[in-house]
Amino acid sequence: MKRRTLLASGVAAATLAMAGLPALAQDKTKVGFVYVGPVGDGGWTYEHDKGRQAVEAEFGDAVETVFVESVPEGPDAVRVMQQMALDGADLIFTTSFGYMDQTLEVAAKFPDVKFEHATGFKTADNVGIYSARFYEGRAVQGHIAGNLTKSNIIGYIGSFPIPEVVRGINAAYLAAKAVNPDVEFKIVWAYTWFDPAKEAEAANVLIEQGADVVLQHTDSTAPQAAAQAAGNVYTFGQASDMAEYGPMPRVSSIIDNWAPYYIARTKAVMDGTWESDSTWDGIGAGMVGIGEITDAVPADVKASAEALRDAIAAGEIHPFTGPVNKQDGSVWLADGETADDGTLLGMNFYVEGIEGDIPQ
Amino acid sequence: MIVLDKRPQPSRMWSYAAPVLAVVLTMVVGGILFAALGKNPVEVIRTIFLDPLFSKNAWFYRPQLLIKGAPLVLIAVGLSFGFRAGIWNIGAEGQYIMGALCGAAVGLAFYPMESWLIFPLMIMAGAIGGALWGLIPGLLKVRFGTNEILVSLMLVYVAESLLAAMALGPLKNPEGMGFPGSRNLSQYPSAANLELISGSGMHWGVVAALIAVIFAYVLLARHMFGFQVRLAGQAPRAARFAGVNPARMILICMGLSGALAGLAGMFEVSGPAGQVTIDFNVGYGFTAIIVAFLGRLHPVGILLAGAVMALTYIGGGIAQSNLGLPAAAISLLQGMLLFFLLAVDVLTNYRVRFSNRVAA
Repeated sequence: MKRRTLLASGVAAATLAMAGLPALAQDKTKVGFVYVGPVGDGGWTYEHDKGRQAVEAEFGDAVETVFVESVPEGPDAVRVMQQMALDGADLIFTTSFGYMDQTLEVAAKFPDVKFEHATGFKTADNVGIYSARFYEGRAVQGHIAGNLTKSNIIGYIGSFPIPEVVRGINAAYLAAKAVNPDVEFKIVWAYTWFDPAKEAEAANVLIEQGADVVLQHTDSTAPQAAAQAAGNVYTFGQASDMAEYGPMPRVSSIIDNWAPYYIARTKAVMDGTWESDSTWDGIGAGMVGIGEITDAVPADVKASAEALRDAIAAGEIHPFTGPVNKQDGSVWLADGETADDGTLLGMNFYVEGIEGDIPQ
Repeated sequence: MIVLDKRPQPSRMWSYAAPVLAVVLTMVVGGILFAALGKNPVEVIRTIFLDPLFSKNAWFYRPQLLIKGAPLVLIAVGLSFGFRAGIWNIGAEGQYIMGALCGAAVGLAFYPMESWLIFPLMIMAGAIGGALWGLIPGLLKVRFGTNEILVSLMLVYVAESLLAAMALGPLKNPEGMGFPGSRNLSQYPSAANLELISGSGMHWGVVAALIAVIFAYVLLARHMFGFQVRLAGQAPRAARFAGVNPARMILICMGLSGALAGLAGMFEVSGPAGQVTIDFNVGYGFTAIIVAFLGRLHPVGILLAGAVMALTYIGGGIAQSNLGLPAAAISLLQGMLLFFLLAVDVLTNYRVRFSNRVAA
């Protein structure tokens, strides 16, 4: 009996809470952030949190931001999002690919709350998606790496074999190959976004195999430290500048800059103009930044890398421009043809010249 | 000078009081920690331990307690048998993964057929998968005298790699645009482990956990096997004379704990989690070890301990988003719980005496 009344009152409270939400949340716009890693990871989550801080700095007392860090991609994410929505959030950014189904599930229960899911591909009336064209930055890295390597072996720490990561490998390889036809990529899959111990191990394996440039698609600074210990190995900051490892081993970086987008979307909610969108911005729009290229890079390489960066930003060069063959030798892009976004978003093949298989 | 005298018998009073004292000590020391972080300790402790039960959104949090607590209780009950008998299965996390994989694989094999038979088959597959994974260290111990602690722990990492391989390969959603992760089982009616009463959080995993508690209670109190388990733990020599076959005991305990962990994984993957993903496991198998000890290896105690542990997860999430507490502080709090329990347990087995003489 008691349990039933408890449940009944719960349902009543649910209805009340949901009906009361918009009215309660009028005065201050509340923005929630769900993070997959700790805010101190120095990479992916760290940059999202900088975006959150930028929102606070921009709007001051008009907004309130809340965040929960290290949220596993599963039922816990559902609970955290729902809790934020119940506590009056007007806009919730879910900042990992693995929150996709969870975001849609919670969004369906809270039609008045807006959701923004990073790097996914499913939208709804109150769910928008956003991501950055990191592959543009990968091309600049590949260009520098192809010029720097003496052993002609470039190591690559992959996180998970998903299109996002495969795209980065392909973009870096094509750019490296363009300046150094003998270049070879060695790829290690770490199966993690953030695990300093595993990342350091992966970096060491690659260095032992002769790599003198290590690119990473994982978020910690551990590979930088491993390269520093090994000496004469070049690295690039990932997601965050990681400038503390410059001028060597870190010679440049890809910086995710979410602040302008977060500010714009928060503003849209405040103005009541928010609509579900699908944003994929690159260097040109400022979502992808190229960290300062240090003096460890020869001046002519630095100049050509910056020229490449600017040309990509201006839309003059597309990192995936034909002729490009797939790994099996079949034609992917004809001469002068550029890749379409659909193929890029679902990319699950290596381009010709990369050895090994994508783990299946 | 403080002297510890070994009690002839563990104190009955202290064996009940120790977990309670451990929780209180955790609150006190946790409070000091939170104060050092610049938060109001009373408010934080209230948020973590009381808000999930009594705040305005408690109607939402109470069902979450069941969802979070059920796998913990189910796994911990299984572990408690082995722990009582001195058989240390530390690899429940791996058995949890294998149960989920086997259960999900059976369900996905039938997709999109609809039949009431599918879910029971998945339950069986989950239990068998977990049991077999648990029997590997059991058989190795019986046959070759290997250490089950090490082998079961190492098998967790093997299971994690298998999980990644399955999410990227055979179990990958063919309609997932190349992204890792299986079809969503909770959207496949015949395989879905949905809430039995909407909004209650009560799913088949919760039912199974409650049945396991009752079953374990009867087994320990009324059944020959329960007597043997207790005897093997308290007096191994006497147990041998009483005809307890150690090899059989090891296999039963490892198989049983594996089966229950596998069931927990299966209910999780078909319900709250919904799909096989690379990061499917979130540490229930390890946290269940704390739950088992906090619950004094007693079924009813485990039920209570599971509830307390679930509370810290859910309250911890609220404290993060509402009070800005870092996630690490919550993990610290949970670790403290076991730490203090082990420390306070000295009082169960020893009498504290103040003496003037300096002990040798």
